[in-house]
Amino acid sequence: MSQYELEVNGVTYPVAADQSKNLLSVIREDVGLTGTKEGCDDCECGACMVLLDGQPVNSCSYLAIQAQGRSVTTIEGVMQGPEMHALQRNLLEAGGVQCGFCTPGMIISAHALLERDPEPDLDAVRIGLSGNLCRCTGYAKILAAVEETAVELNG
Amino acid sequence: MSFTIATTLEEALAAVADGARPIAGGTDLVVGARHGKAPLPENLVAIDRVEGMDQVELDGDGTRIGALLSHADLMADPLIVGSYSAIADASALVGSPSTRHLGTIGGNVMNGSPAMDTGAPLLVLGARAELVRRTESSMAGRFVPLTELWVGPGQTSAAADELLVALHLPVPQERCGSAYVRLEYRRAMEIAVVGAAAGITLAEDGTIASAAVALAAVAPTILAVDGANDALGGLTPDAAGPVIAELASEQASPISDLRASDTYRRHCIGVMARRAVDAAARRAGGEQIAVPVNRAIGIGAA
Repeated sequence: MSQYELEVNGVTYPVAADQSKNLLSVIREDVGLTGTKEGCDDCECGACMVLLDGQPVNSCSYLAIQAQGRSVTTIEGVMQGPEMHALQRNLLEAGGVQCGFCTPGMIISAHALLERDPEPDLDAVRIGLSGNLCRCTGYAKILAAVEETAVELNG
Repeated sequence: MSFTIATTLEEALAAVADGARPIAGGTDLVVGARHGKAPLPENLVAIDRVEGMDQVELDGDGTRIGALLSHADLMADPLIVGSYSAIADASALVGSPSTRHLGTIGGNVMNGSPAMDTGAPLLVLGARAELVRRTESSMAGRFVPLTELWVGPGQTSAAADELLVALHLPVPQERCGSAYVRLEYRRAMEIAVVGAAAGITLAEDGTIASAAVALAAVAPTILAVDGANDALGGLTPDAAGPVIAELASEQASPISDLRASDTYRRHCIGVMARRAVDAAARRAGGEQIAVPVNRAIGIGAA
C-alpha cells in the first residue's frame, strides 16, 4: 500500500492505495468523484478521459501514483461553480447527449482541444475527439456542439 | 514494491541500477499490464520528469532527439517536420491526442514492437540510440545503431540498467526527403497493419542518388530493406516504385493475426514501400506534403 497526495480539481486528497491502482479507480473510489467513467478499461474508448496538467489522459491506463505533483482535472472540475460550461450546455442543446456515458470524456477532450486551438476547423475537432467513442453514434451533433462552443467562446 | 519519481538522470540511473523498470508515459507498460500481456513490474521509476531529456537539439554532427519527447512534441517541431519529416509523419499517426501527449519516442523505441510507427523512420534516417548506465564514479554512455538495438519482438539489446536518453540523427543532405506511410483500418487508436518509411536523396537530374527503406509490422523487428540503395540508385522515382515494391514484398516475413493475413501483409507492404518512396522523393524535390503523409495522400478509412 502506498500513501501519497493527489490534486484533483484544485483540491489535495490523501490517497492510500496499491501502487498499481489506476488513476480512474482512485478518482472514483478514493477521491469519490464518479463523473469520470470506465468504458473499455483498455485505453480505446476515452470515457475515462481526464486532464493532467491540462492535457487529455486516459485515466484507466495511467498509474494514479504517477500523477503526484501534477494537477488532475475531471468533468466535475470543468463546471464553473453551479453554471454549466459552454461545452456542456451546447452538447445538451444540440442533442449531443444520448445515453450520456461518453459525454464526460468527450467534454474533457473538447476542452483540451479548445485550450490549444480556440478556432478549430471540423477536421481539427474530429482529430481532437479521435480518442473518444460514442456508441450511440451521435457524432454529428457532438461535433456541431464543439464547433458552436468555439464560436461562442471566441465571441 | 516501490515507485519513485526521478527528476534527474542520476536518480533515474540509480533506480534502474537497483532493479527498477522505467516508466515514461506508460502507454505500453500500463496498457500491456491491464491486458495481461505482462504484469506490471514490482519496482518502477517514473522518468517522465527527468530534466534535459525532452529537447530537439543540434549537436556537432547532427540532431539529438531527447528520449522523453512526446509524439505531440515531435509532430509539431519545426526541425523534425522540416528535416526529418518521416518521424513527424509517424508521430502524428500514433493513437489519439492522449496517447500522443503521453507516449514518448524513447518509449516507442525501447518497447521494441515490430509495428512501432517511429521505428522505420528512425532507421531510414540513420538514427543511433544513446544508452547510458551508472558507473562507480559517474555514468557511461554508448551509441548503438537501431539495427543492433532491436533483436526481436519486444526485445532490445540494452541491459536492464541502461536507459535510452536520446536518439542521434545525422545532418540531412541537400535534396533529401523522407516519409512514413502505413496501412490502417481506422484513423485513430490504430496500430500499423503494415508500414513503410523511405529516405531519398535526389541527384541534380532528379534521379535517385541514395535511398533507404524500412518496413514495420512485417518481420520480428523493424526491417531495413536490404539492397534498396543499389536497386533504386540512378532510377527516376517513378521507375523506382515497382522495384521497391517487389524488394519489400520479397524480404517481408509477415505473420497472420487478427489484423491481416500474411499474404495480405506481403502484398500491401509493397504498396506502402512504393508510396513511401514516392512521397519521400517528392519532398526531396522540394514539394511540401503536409504531415502526416497518410492524410495528405488519402491512405486509411474515409
